[in-house]
Amino acid sequence: MSVNVKTFARLADAASALANERGARFMGGGTVLMRLINDTNPAVETVVRSTDQSLLHLAVSSGRIELGSGVTMAAVLAERDLAFLHAAARAVGGPAIREAATVGGNLFARTPYGDFATALLALDATVTLAVGLGQRELPLEEFLDRRERGTSLVSAVAFKRPAAEAFRFLKVTRVHPRGVSVLSIAAQLPLASGRITGARIAFGGMNRTPVRAKAAERALEGRALDAAGIAPALAVAAEGTAPADDAIASAWWRREILPVHLRRLLIGPGQA
Amino acid sequence: MKTPVQFRLNGEDVAAFAESGANLLDVLREVVGDLSVKGGCWQGSCGACTVLIDGAPRLSCLTLAESIAGRSIETAAGLRRGAELHPLQIAFMERFAAQCGYCTSGMLMAAKALLDRNPSPTREDVVEALGGNICRCTGYEPIIQAVLDAASGDRRRRA
Amino acid sequence: MFELRKDIFADERDDNLKEIGQPTQRQDMLGHVTGTSTYYDDHRIAGLLHLKVLRSPHAHARIRSIDDAAAARAPGVKRIIRAADVPVNLNTLLSLIQFGKDDEPSLANDIVRYKGEPILGIVATSERAAIEALGLVRVSYDQLPAVFDVEEALKPGAPSVNATYPKNTFEYHGKYDHQKLRYGDVEAGFAQADVVLEERYQMSPIEHAPVETNGSIAVPDTNGRFVVYTSTQALFFSLDTAAKINAVPSNQLHFIGGTVGGGFGGKVDTMTEPLVILAARLTGAPVRYRFSRHEEMQFGAPRGAERIYVKDGVMRDGRIVARKVRAYFDSGAYTRLSSYAVVKCVAHIPGPYTIPNAHADVYCVFTNRTPATAMRGFGVTALDFALECQMDKLAVAIGMDPIEFRILNAYRDGDMKAHRREAKNCALIECAQVAAEKANWPLREQFRRMSSRIGGGADRTAAGVDRSRAPTPAAPARTAAAAPQRVAYERPAPPAPTPPPARGAPPPPPSPPAGSTHGAPRFSSVFGTRRR
Repeated sequence: MSVNVKTFARLADAASALANERGARFMGGGTVLMRLINDTNPAVETVVRSTDQSLLHLAVSSGRIELGSGVTMAAVLAERDLAFLHAAARAVGGPAIREAATVGGNLFARTPYGDFATALLALDATVTLAVGLGQRELPLEEFLDRRERGTSLVSAVAFKRPAAEAFRFLKVTRVHPRGVSVLSIAAQLPLASGRITGARIAFGGMNRTPVRAKAAERALEGRALDAAGIAPALAVAAEGTAPADDAIASAWWRREILPVHLRRLLIGPGQA
Repeated sequence: MKTPVQFRLNGEDVAAFAESGANLLDVLREVVGDLSVKGGCWQGSCGACTVLIDGAPRLSCLTLAESIAGRSIETAAGLRRGAELHPLQIAFMERFAAQCGYCTSGMLMAAKALLDRNPSPTREDVVEALGGNICRCTGYEPIIQAVLDAASGDRRRRA
Repeated sequence: MFELRKDIFADERDDNLKEIGQPTQRQDMLGHVTGTSTYYDDHRIAGLLHLKVLRSPHAHARIRSIDDAAAARAPGVKRIIRAADVPVNLNTLLSLIQFGKDDEPSLANDIVRYKGEPILGIVATSERAAIEALGLVRVSYDQLPAVFDVEEALKPGAPSVNATYPKNTFEYHGKYDHQKLRYGDVEAGFAQADVVLEERYQMSPIEHAPVETNGSIAVPDTNGRFVVYTSTQALFFSLDTAAKINAVPSNQLHFIGGTVGGGFGGKVDTMTEPLVILAARLTGAPVRYRFSRHEEMQFGAPRGAERIYVKDGVMRDGRIVARKVRAYFDSGAYTRLSSYAVVKCVAHIPGPYTIPNAHADVYCVFTNRTPATAMRGFGVTALDFALECQMDKLAVAIGMDPIEFRILNAYRDGDMKAHRREAKNCALIECAQVAAEKANWPLREQFRRMSSRIGGGADRTAAGVDRSRAPTPAAPARTAAAAPQRVAYERPAPPAPTPPPARGAPPPPPSPPAGSTHGAPRFSSVFGTRRR
């Protein structure tokens, strides 16, 4: 039996169809869902789409940034004001994937995908869900924690613009120029008088979903961004992670290289 | 269930009935009959099915066919004008940038997407633009060289 | 980039060449760049049906029962193909040249021997309908102990994998569990050697990953024949295999192929054609059987894994005086082409070097892994990896430059090779010299002067002695100059080792076989006979 595709002009109608149809999944750019459909995955019976223009909303101000869930990685890369996010957007697929892959879809992409969501997690992003006729906002961390249960329709994400030079992203891959992540790391490192305050670090590929590295964040609090300052954070970097053994890397390997790459992201390769 | 979908394919109007949930690759090949588009993985991993949608490179296997209504599709079948080959096609031939040929259509379209937007790419630009396309025969060097040749040939002709 | 060194062997060659050295366009290149080359799936066929197979989720299990009633009633299903439907449900690829015994069913009928082995086929109006119906088939299994390691598979009490070869080894010459090479006396060579080094090398399976997956389409023709469009790399081989399995004369099958979307050895095994033809015969309709990417990667036959032990005896002057190889080829659950890979491997031992004492035992072993097959020089590639790693280690062990070490030991014209053929048209020395030159790798004068010609360069015993510039070895752990190391796997040495034969006096070649029972002229390299 073929998949049932339902397209709605209004987001609210799509949200209600998603909530009410059996085996319904929302399709953004299709890079996650079309794979399942092409594989005849029985879990996908109905595809819900929306042509609502609000999904393409992209607002960049000096303080706050809002990205509709239908904004593509290519659209992020075309936005000069989002330069700090370009490394994370470029980490997603090749050029053709980036033309389709959306901000919202990346929040649902399972490991080893989801590098952009990792970046958003380190930006303390909030997720807006379309619920019935209304909207509901929740922290991305909470969203990721619950995403395997139930279906939800993400309409947008929003976050505060990080301080200049405070945001960093790194993807580790074994295939160049373009391979899936062994792991990815995003870090937001606000500095006050040379000291880190309120660091946010997120890991992709180290759990079922992108996760915050809270032990490392705490260990960075009040420290200088140098070899001595970050040493305690590196020591606890793998705390709370549960990476998988898969065809890309072993769990052991991921845990071993995590502090190495975290150090490179924080202070560069030359300052061991 | 079948859904009617109309679009432009290599400059011509096309109307087709797509199976609900069908991908653009299967519709182009099996309904419309454009066999220049190749399927290699049906999961967005190999790039063989790369086409241009409104000028942007897209993987037709991951594109819901009914989502392209009213859009303009370009495939390798539309690259040449009559008997005249596209500069990329000439450069691929001269550089021996194809062996089994199965990835070639996708490579050509990924390269065309690059050159249409950036007529003077650097080597790094070319490597990045072809980063989603897998070739198992030639190694990538002849392909990269062919794209650079096509770009410099274009520049020479305009000069 | 491309350079022809016509100065080398210029006197041996008629240089009036029209093609060699001249660029020539491929005849299929215009089709490739215009997207008009016709691959097997580039045919639009009305009423096409689709075949998909149910695959074993277990590496080794007995099939207790199969319930396909619900699948048979599923929407779009036209036919279920069971093991009993396959006319000749046991085959081995090289049976076409009378090499090996039939050991592999097209559809498993009682036991599955690797994860992914086909059990049952469903023909439906779409791939999607076939896959959905496969999900309705209920199979109950009794799991059996499985073995995944070549040496474990040879131990007493190991699970027996392949019913045709219950001892888990392919049978050579009707009686041997491995292929042998014997030349000179390796034990005497080790006794004479200054340094003996034994190492273990392990290759992993490698998937060819062609961008076009394996597949074929069978179309009933009006004259009772079937037109088969196929991705095969071996058109007539696949045709004869499909004819045998379907028990039809080969002139009922019209195979069309030739344009293959990448093969590299992975499209020799005729994995789709026999069943797609059967499906077309049973339904009277055209049928396509196309591997998904997952099937290609997970169940398409890979390059086999090989485990290779190499033990060498080398003199401090650089001469290798003995080489002993023991290797195990992981054939997976069935033979496919690994039996032949072993023969190629043994024919390549001891590598492109003149070694007066050589000895090899190479096994084709069955395990509960995906059957392995051909891939780019299979049988030789892994051995060369092992031997060339070994050459570097030997050079270090005796403190010699690794390229000079290879030049010293390389075949030269007129040398007797371990399989009793005289070396001809050798060029390894010249290749090594040019490679060193291109890499700005300094070679001593005497090694720059050496040549592959008969008597070319100095005598080997005298050549390597000037080692004044050579680095001192950093106390290699395995060096045992006084008492060459013995290793556990060796059989006891002969009581009175004979001295190694002097250079230029190799053992006499064996008398030619009285008569071949193997159809040798058709596929000579399997049997070591060569048409001249």
